[in-house]
Amino acid sequence: MYSDKVIDHFTNPRNVGVIVDADGVGEKVSSSCGDRMKVFLKVVDGVIEDLKFQTYGCGAAIASSSMMSELVIGKTLDEALALTNDAVAEALDGLPDPKLHCSNLAADALHDAIKNYQGEGA
Amino acid sequence: MKRIYMDNNATTAVRPAVLEAMLPFYQEQFGNPSSIHWAGQAVSGAVDTARAQVAALMNCQPEEIIFTSCGSEGNALAIKGSAEFLRAKGNHIITTAVEHPAVLDSCKYLEKQGFEVTVLAVDGEGMIDLAELEAAICERTVLISAMWGNNETGTLFPVAEIGAIARKHKVRFHTDAVQAVGRVPVDVRAAGVDLLTISGHKFGAPKGVGALYVRKGMGLTQLFHGGHQERNRRAGTHNVPGIVGLGVACELAVADLAVQEGRIRALRDRLEQGILSRIPEVQVNGHRQQRLPNTLNISFAYIEGEAILLFLDMKGVAASSGSACMSDSFGQSHVIGAMGVDAMMANSNIRFGLGLDNTEEDVDFVLEILPEIIQKLRDMSPFYSERAAS
Repeated sequence: MYSDKVIDHFTNPRNVGVIVDADGVGEKVSSSCGDRMKVFLKVVDGVIEDLKFQTYGCGAAIASSSMMSELVIGKTLDEALALTNDAVAEALDGLPDPKLHCSNLAADALHDAIKNYQGEGA
Repeated sequence: MKRIYMDNNATTAVRPAVLEAMLPFYQEQFGNPSSIHWAGQAVSGAVDTARAQVAALMNCQPEEIIFTSCGSEGNALAIKGSAEFLRAKGNHIITTAVEHPAVLDSCKYLEKQGFEVTVLAVDGEGMIDLAELEAAICERTVLISAMWGNNETGTLFPVAEIGAIARKHKVRFHTDAVQAVGRVPVDVRAAGVDLLTISGHKFGAPKGVGALYVRKGMGLTQLFHGGHQERNRRAGTHNVPGIVGLGVACELAVADLAVQEGRIRALRDRLEQGILSRIPEVQVNGHRQQRLPNTLNISFAYIEGEAILLFLDMKGVAASSGSACMSDSFGQSHVIGAMGVDAMMANSNIRFGLGLDNTEEDVDFVLEILPEIIQKLRDMSPFYSERAAS
């Protein structure tokens, strides 16, 4: 049902946790299944220096959070804003159909955190 | 890695004695029991024997048994077959909110055909209110369909009391006993049941065979046409090996009821108590006393069920979940939802269905690995850290 990459990221999720003095905090809740992702950012000179996440949800939700974190750490905010949920799923070698619309929220949560940072920074 | 199977409410392995009894009926005794020649007659006796074995398990006459292909067919034949047959008498059906989809969707289909369906609510333990059932009966009521044991929580309905109410009001009573048969005593006479569904693969017979008990005198409209089999009530060549297997499984089930009540219940209770004592903030779903002896449905706060199942699976443990993320259909389990369980707890419910092959070591292994799995997932959950912070 799940790709090896999904299983890997689900079993050993990268960057789980909280950044206490985060520069930006974002969140996304799935309206269909209640999955919830929370993203904490540390931004230095427009670059995501560190990112931590917390996720409540199924294997796909946890794996996509973890993959998202790997994709954007070290990237600029503009690059991170260009990341889509579909790109996260693709990086995981795909997700089962029912999960695509349900648990694939990592980019949305990330963008929410960036907006939070930019709002406060402005 | 040792594999531990704790999903016996989903399906069971075919029991060795069942398989052994079936094998001759694929090649040596391959005849069609409806044929008059030697090949047919050699097997028609085997079908008769199986029919008597099934009847003995539920305390009815052999001619009151119709062999089917599965539980869903039995439920459809009982519900759609009764509704259509009794159409002239009325168009009202009563069922419950926690039935298997095979029952609920058959009722929904009948609603489109002009029937009116009352769906009884359940309380927090998954139990219906008998006064509400009786109050729902009206002159047009032709059928009550209420399950014996729930497939998700194991909650047992008071079938004999439902049967008594149905008798009193002269309403036909069907019960889906797919989960109950082989796990608790099922006696159709004592329970006052008119129609009862069983499915072989839930208790050691193969997939693809089941039976419907139809009390003598209960007319049914056929689902399948074109054959005289099963006294013109179910057309289709008999699945002889499957039927033979079902018969043997029924015979074994009679003998094993004491094992279910004793050893299996003790294993389930060990698992339940073990989880409750090792892991905080968990909740058992279903009725604590009136429950199948093998079933434990339990929820873990702050996390989601599929994630738990995946980690269990990686350790070789097969269990199941009614949670949203297991299927294409969004939304939580209709059973857990009907019980009013809080959404987060509903999303994390795990069903352990113990079976004859499980041992105390199996239970202890689950108790050893589960606290770590739950903690790992809780440590990832925003709900958990917020709760710890507050």
